[in-house]
Amino acid sequence: MSFHKIFAVALLGAFLAACGGNTIPDPEPTDTTYGGNSGADTSGAGTDGMGDLEAYGGNNEEMLGNVIYFEFDSSEIRSQDQDLVAAHAIQLNENSFNSVRLEGHADERGSREYNIGLGERRAQAIRQALMIQGVSASQIQTVSFGEERPEALGSSESDYAQNRRVEITYTN
Amino acid sequence: MFKKLQFAICAIVFIASTAHAQKLRIDVQGIAQPTPVAIVPFGWEGNSAAVPLDVAEVINADLKRSGRFAPIAENDMLQKPTEGDDVDFDDWSILGVEAVVVGKVIQSGDNAYTLQFQLFDTFGRRQLVGYRMPASRGTMRAAAHRAADMIYEKLTGIKGVFGTKVAYVTAEQQRDNRLYSLIVSDQDGENEHKIMESKDPIMSPAWSPDGRQLAYVSFEGSKSSIFVQTLRSGNRFQVSSKPGINGAPAFSPDGRKLVITLGGVDGNPDIYVLDINSRQTKRLTTHRAIDTEGTWSPDGKYIYFTSDRSGGPQIYRVSATGGTPERFTFEGSYNARPRLSPDGTRLAMVHNDRGNYRIAVMNIERKDLLILSSGRQDESPSFAPNSDILIYATRQRGDGVLETVSADGLIRQKMASGQGDVREPVWSPFPRF
Repeated sequence: MSFHKIFAVALLGAFLAACGGNTIPDPEPTDTTYGGNSGADTSGAGTDGMGDLEAYGGNNEEMLGNVIYFEFDSSEIRSQDQDLVAAHAIQLNENSFNSVRLEGHADERGSREYNIGLGERRAQAIRQALMIQGVSASQIQTVSFGEERPEALGSSESDYAQNRRVEITYTN
Repeated sequence: MFKKLQFAICAIVFIASTAHAQKLRIDVQGIAQPTPVAIVPFGWEGNSAAVPLDVAEVINADLKRSGRFAPIAENDMLQKPTEGDDVDFDDWSILGVEAVVVGKVIQSGDNAYTLQFQLFDTFGRRQLVGYRMPASRGTMRAAAHRAADMIYEKLTGIKGVFGTKVAYVTAEQQRDNRLYSLIVSDQDGENEHKIMESKDPIMSPAWSPDGRQLAYVSFEGSKSSIFVQTLRSGNRFQVSSKPGINGAPAFSPDGRKLVITLGGVDGNPDIYVLDINSRQTKRLTTHRAIDTEGTWSPDGKYIYFTSDRSGGPQIYRVSATGGTPERFTFEGSYNARPRLSPDGTRLAMVHNDRGNYRIAVMNIERKDLLILSSGRQDESPSFAPNSDILIYATRQRGDGVLETVSADGLIRQKMASGQGDVREPVWSPFPRF
């Protein structure tokens, strides 16, 4: 399974109609699945004679976790996540053509624009850690979605814990 | 203190031309003794049998929703005059009605009407205000709200806001993603128009001072940028799309600038002033902390903003031409998202009250804090243009809903959307006729 699939982005139709409120619907599909078998784009089914894959030549990026979680009101990378960040640094150092987008997120508590700042602070913490480990600034882009794209939709402490995160998305 | 629930009304609302019909329900919590008034059904002089709009019903609903008035039922009326000369004051004062409104709609062309109304003081036995207004089918509702505004101002001394609008953002969970919409509706929830929609988040709508444009943040393309969109034409232009955060736009009082937040590649959010025409930016803060949510004081002198330079977020202000920021809030560990009342006397904010995020208002002179809301996760306060009411977002069974509250905390209404999560309401300026 690929952790860093790029989702098709909803590009808006140019300009929306006047006060009539008719909007131009998004012409682009968001699902790039092809051939009716959803999620099966990397499956090897039907290729007779092939055995299971074996990892070769170090870390495969697909094997890396791509979400790093944070404590409440904190942008500090927890000790258990240091290895994961280091693995991404290795991946990026070994493949200088690779680049990542670090998407910072916050839980829903408090003010929305302030939460954009908190999400950015988390994305920057990962960015700094990658750069200290040799990754070039040109390989990293950050964006903060604040509380706008929660992973868990509820309002419990465990939902909040899932939402305070940085997602590492390979864009190249 | 807060009084018990006085009455609740329901208004079914439909959207004119959007695919997803939403239902907005409005509940009112009012003061103990709303003033009894009577809005007599309006007369109709026209070609067809049906009047284009029940004007009396619109005025009735406006006054009732304000929480300050208790319009009597039509069945209780002893007479139903449509002209001032026919008003028998005894028939109204015996019912305890303090003010009576009569009027009619007169058709003068295919799509040309005159809306005429008069307001009488039943005990003083005199006319307080009366007007005739031209209207078309398309503007009849706005004309009715305008009449309600004049009636409200005459009776309370406070400018009415029934003719104003509200912009807000909705998020609907769809099968695989969320659909974000930017909506403009009348302040009573009627007449909704979708201004923009996207599968990426939309945030932070802000009205231009003339009410013709909205600035907002859009994440289309998985990056933030700030747009200014003209409502009438639907045309929009991108005013900021720098690396990192482009956020929190708010117009200057003269409408020529925006205060915005820029984060830059290194992610240090600071307050900037952007000249909309030249696209030149001027940096106002340089602190390593998060500085965001800037807003102008109505006199244009200051920019108030949120900063966590002291540890947690607090509200600061800085001269709009630059200088050293001064801290403005000290009560509590979390004060964010400042918004000033248009009369410049009060500052609304999100305040952490023992673990709950609530809307609070501070008197600028006295600096005393009044907590106005009672939810766990209330946010985005915005003043009505008369400075007397605020709108904000709260949660109801997990959904974002909108509430309004009078600045003294006594009168509260809820606007619940049937679909999706409603957030970030912003109240328009007064309409210009």
